[in-house]
Amino acid sequence: MTALLTIESLAVGYGGAPVIASLDLAVEEGTVVALLGANGAGKTTLLRTVSGLITPRGGRILLDGDDLAGVAVEDRARCGLAQVPEGRSVVAELTVEENLQLGALWRHRRRAERRVAVDEMYELFEPLARRRSSAGHQLSGGERQMLALARALVAEPRVLLLDEPSLGLAPRVVAQLLAVIRGTVDRTGLTVLLAEQNVTSALSVADRGVVLGLGEVVADAPAAELAADPALRHAYLGF
Amino acid sequence: MDRLVFLLATGVARGAVFALFALSLVIVWRAARVVNFAQGAMAVVAVFVAFGVTAATGSYWLGLGSALLTGAVLGVVVERGVMNHVPAGNPLPGMIVAIGLVMVLQSGLGMLFGPQHRPMAAPFDERPFQVGGVPVLSPYDVFVLVVAVVVMGVLALLFTRTSLGLQLRASAFAPEVSRLLGVRVPRMLTIGWVLSSAVAALAALLLVPTELGLNAHSADMLFVHAFTVAVVGGLDSPVGALLGGLVVGVLMTLVTGYLGATVAPVAVLVLLATVLLVRPAGIFAAIEARQA
Repeated sequence: MTALLTIESLAVGYGGAPVIASLDLAVEEGTVVALLGANGAGKTTLLRTVSGLITPRGGRILLDGDDLAGVAVEDRARCGLAQVPEGRSVVAELTVEENLQLGALWRHRRRAERRVAVDEMYELFEPLARRRSSAGHQLSGGERQMLALARALVAEPRVLLLDEPSLGLAPRVVAQLLAVIRGTVDRTGLTVLLAEQNVTSALSVADRGVVLGLGEVVADAPAAELAADPALRHAYLGF
Repeated sequence: MDRLVFLLATGVARGAVFALFALSLVIVWRAARVVNFAQGAMAVVAVFVAFGVTAATGSYWLGLGSALLTGAVLGVVVERGVMNHVPAGNPLPGMIVAIGLVMVLQSGLGMLFGPQHRPMAAPFDERPFQVGGVPVLSPYDVFVLVVAVVVMGVLALLFTRTSLGLQLRASAFAPEVSRLLGVRVPRMLTIGWVLSSAVAALAALLLVPTELGLNAHSADMLFVHAFTVAVVGGLDSPVGALLGGLVVGVLMTLVTGYLGATVAPVAVLVLLATVLLVRPAGIFAAIEARQA
C-alpha cells in the first residue's frame, strides 16, 4: 500500500521548547492510524501542524507526494485534508444545517449538490436530522461531536485528522461515532489519523497504532498486536 | 400634538441613517473585532468624491454610485494596507490605529478643501408633506427611509440566505474552524470591510444634505450617534443597530424639539452611559453562546 500522508523529520516547538523533535510517520491510504500517548506527548501539536495551524521548524509533510510547506490552512482543506479539532468545534452561533452547509461549501459548489451531500450526513447521523435548525450551542456534547464529524465528512476529505473525539462523551456515543468512522473508511477509502487517549476504543477501530512519547514515535505496530500485547501496552500506554 | 407627530416622523428618518451607519460599525466589528473609529472620516472622503462627481456631471445618482465605490475601495485599502498589519487578539491597537487614521484623513481633507461647509443639494424636496395640516416627512426623508430599509433588507438577505453570508458569519464567529473548513477567512475579512465602509459612505451621503453642509468633520456627530446606537443595540447585533437607530433618532429629535439642540448630544451621552452601566453588552446582544 502507498502512503497518502507522509511526515518526514518533523520538528515543531512553541517558543524555545521543542514539542516534536524529529518525527517520521507514514499513513497508508484507506487505513485508520490511532495516534496514542499521554497528555503532552505531542498528538494535538502533530495534527495542528499537519492541518497548517502550526508552522513546523523543520521537516516535511507530504499529501499524496505533494509537499504542503507554504500551503495555507484553507488550501490544505481544499486539498482534502480535514481536521476535527479537540473540543467539538461546531460554530456555536450557526445552526446544525448551516454548520453542515459551511463544511460542504468548497467541495459542492452547486446548491443542489450541497443539498444531497448534507442530506446524506443526516442519514448517517440521524440525531442531527432532528436538530437541523438548532443552534450549535443548544446541542449536547455527543451531538456536537457528531456535527463536527459530519461537517468534516460532508466535504469528502481524503485524510481526516481527528483530535480526541471521545473526550467527555458517554461510551455508547463514542462507540457509535467510531463505528461511523470505520464504516466510512471501509466504504470510501478515507484515511484517518485518530489522536486518542481512550486507547481501547481507538485500537478497536484502528488498523495501526502509533504511540507518541514526548514528541517521538516510541511504538508503531498493528492495532490488534498493540491491543493484545500486555508488555507493549504496559510499557507505552500504562495499563 | 402636531409638533410631537412631526418630531417623531423626523426622528424615524434621522434614526434610519443612524441605524445604517451603526450597521456598518456592527459589520466591521463582527468581521474584524475592530471598533472602527475611522468609519466617519472614511465616509466623508467618499462623500467628497460624490460631491465632486455630482458637481462635474450634474447627476446625484452618479455621485451616489461613486460614494459607494469609494467607500468599498477605502475599505480594501484600509483593511489591506493598514489594519492587516495591526496585531490581532486585542482590540486596543486597532482602535488606536483607527483614531490615527481619523486624524490623517481629516487633516488631508482640511488641507485639500479648507474648513468651509459646502452646501450639498438633496435629490428630493426637503420641505415636509402636510397631512391634515400637520407637517410630517419630507420627500427626501421618505427617500432616506426607503434606501435605508432596502439596504438593510439586502444585507439581511446577504448574511442569512447566501453562501457568502454564511462564510462571512462563520469567519467572524470562528475564524480558525472556518479556515479548517476551507473558508478563505482573510478574503472574508476584506469583504466585511468593503461592505461596512460602503454602507457607512451611503449613510453619510444621506445625512449631509440635511446638515450644515460638507466639510471634513461632517460625519463626526453621525459617528458619535451611530456608535451610541451600536453600543445600545449591542455591537454584535444587526437587529440591535436597527432598533437602536430608531431609539436614538427619536430621542435626538424629541430632545432637540422640546429642550433645544444643545441638550441633544447630552441626552445621547446619558443614554450611552446608562446602557453601559446597566447592560454593557448592549440591549440586544446575544446571550453568551460560546463555551470554551
